[in-house]
Amino acid sequence: MSAGSLPGRFLAAFVAKNGTGHFWGQRLSAIALVFLGLWFAWCLTTMSALGYADAVEFIAAPTNRVLLLLLCGSLGYHSYLGVEVVIDDYVHGTRIRPVSHNLSRFAHAVIGVVAMYSIMQIGPGA
Amino acid sequence: MAEFRLPKNSRIVNGKHYAAAVGASNVRQFAVYRYDPSAKDNPRVDTYTVDMDSCGPMVLDALIKIKNEIDPTLTFRRSCREGICGSCAMNIDGSNTLACTLAIDSVKGDVKIYPLPHLPVVKDLVPDLTDFYAQYASIKPWLQTRTVPPAGQERLQSKDDQELIDDPAACILCACCSTACPSYWWNSDRFLGPAALLASYRWLVDSRDEAADERLDDLEDSFRLYRCHTIMNCTQACPKGLNPAKAIAATKKMLVERKL
Repeated sequence: MSAGSLPGRFLAAFVAKNGTGHFWGQRLSAIALVFLGLWFAWCLTTMSALGYADAVEFIAAPTNRVLLLLLCGSLGYHSYLGVEVVIDDYVHGTRIRPVSHNLSRFAHAVIGVVAMYSIMQIGPGA
Repeated sequence: MAEFRLPKNSRIVNGKHYAAAVGASNVRQFAVYRYDPSAKDNPRVDTYTVDMDSCGPMVLDALIKIKNEIDPTLTFRRSCREGICGSCAMNIDGSNTLACTLAIDSVKGDVKIYPLPHLPVVKDLVPDLTDFYAQYASIKPWLQTRTVPPAGQERLQSKDDQELIDDPAACILCACCSTACPSYWWNSDRFLGPAALLASYRWLVDSRDEAADERLDDLEDSFRLYRCHTIMNCTQACPKGLNPAKAIAATKKMLVERKL
């Protein structure tokens, strides 16, 4: 078979020029989550010994708050990329696939914003 | 959405049984997938009892014996009988492999033979490889150069450079790897599959080829390359002992390094 008789979908003109950023983002966020996950596990063990007021104060400390925001951001981004992979693998309808992607984007954006807003609201007197 | 059950007219039913020749004592049973799209019948599995005292040692020997002596309607591809041409690739005892290099004795119980999975069936054990070859052609499997070749000689390469392409160039395009890959089953209309990607890697690491950037550009796609999730079925299935998964991982690494 010559390249000239290739079915259209295999032609270079249909290359989307994306994918590497997605692949790299998945790995970077996974590495970040290893460290942030270990830190969060340490936080949980530390906070279990604290009362409510002390726990709030612990979260409100600038370093802990930034790390918690980073954890939420990395977790949300990693989850978003993972769900995109699942949709691309298993959802084949030309209409339902973009709809699924948009729903996933919307859900992750809402959950991410709510989670980060909630963390920012935690502070002394909360 | 993904389909988890075959359509009604594709479900496999029990077929005919062909008994062994009179007086045969050393016999093995072969369960072979049969399907003729021109007939309206469902696919079936026929069973053949073969006299092993007059049969060669390989699964392909048994198929040839069945076709020659028991059932001439059985259809399958074969050519070299020594693992070079890749024609007799099929699913035997649950794994994709070459019928000519798989010994009957290595299979326990009945020998179950099906065509390569998830491809349209032309007839019996013959799958339609049109898309598979189109995917191979799409990676432009030939040397691409920009510079003028050295006067009076070929484009030479060192022994070390040659060793880089030894393994990927040994692919016989039997399609065992691609048809063992779930990502290929689900997205073969856009995912190139391990065989084509291994062939692409063969040219990416060829020291004489001068189109690496264009080749990587053509792979920069979430479907063509990145449907591979490195589950390594391809490497396990390859009857030549090649490692398409490693080649695909190396290609992804090249793309990341180029981006950074």
